[in-house]
Amino acid sequence: MQRSTELDRRMSTANRPLSPHLQIYKPQLTSTLSILHRFTGLGLMLGAAVLVAWLIAAAMGARAFDCAQTVAGSWYGRTLLFAWAFALFYHLANGIRHLFWDAGIGFELKTAYASGWTALIVALLLTLGTFSAGYWYLGAF
Amino acid sequence: MIDHRTALARARGQGAAKEGLRHWWAQRVTALLLIPFVVWFVIGLVVHTGADHAAVTDWLSEPVTYGLMLVLLGAVFWHAALGLQVVIDDYVDTEWRRLVLTLLAKLACLGLFVAGYISLTIIAFAG
Repeated sequence: MQRSTELDRRMSTANRPLSPHLQIYKPQLTSTLSILHRFTGLGLMLGAAVLVAWLIAAAMGARAFDCAQTVAGSWYGRTLLFAWAFALFYHLANGIRHLFWDAGIGFELKTAYASGWTALIVALLLTLGTFSAGYWYLGAF
Repeated sequence: MIDHRTALARARGQGAAKEGLRHWWAQRVTALLLIPFVVWFVIGLVVHTGADHAAVTDWLSEPVTYGLMLVLLGAVFWHAALGLQVVIDDYVDTEWRRLVLTLLAKLACLGLFVAGYISLTIIAFAG
């Protein structure tokens, strides 16, 4: 009994090697995309709150709605909408990647990298496409 | 494979979180549901870029839009509540902090859903 507590003390204080943690590893596509999924999810929670605020403004009447549209159409409104659109499309594309993993498909390293790049590029293209379509509806071109 | 669980844990058939399959399953089901709904919603927003109050509320007042928007909001905030809970479980160590934050996150999701529900109903029926 005495021996095991002495052993415990020595084990907890000795300068034993630890397993390498996040800051030791070189960032890789797979780990970067993984944390990006989480960040975009958190960002989309804020985006969903803003969407509800927009619905509230629409329910309040034309004046409140025009005010909301002015904010959304400003340079910072458009910047935020662009960021939210990318977050939405990335979370969507990478979420589908996750659903395939849940089904046991695509775990090979080569496949994981290919699907990662695909999710990123698809998200970017959908974001640019959505904004181009939006500007087209505004009559910009 | 060696089973490292205690006899009690084996008898309960559950992990350290006591539950989890239902959470995991609901997150996937809402994710699948949100795929078509998000696509529909983004298209709906884009075609109303720059539209005025009358045009937007006309669209939101259509019975199909009203119904789809309610399901969309329900799925969004259910999925958000599940996702926020995972993030809180991962990074908040102290039990009472975890409890308070989880409740606040779920309350926020519920409150936002109810606010959206009331707004859509006012637009559709009182607008």
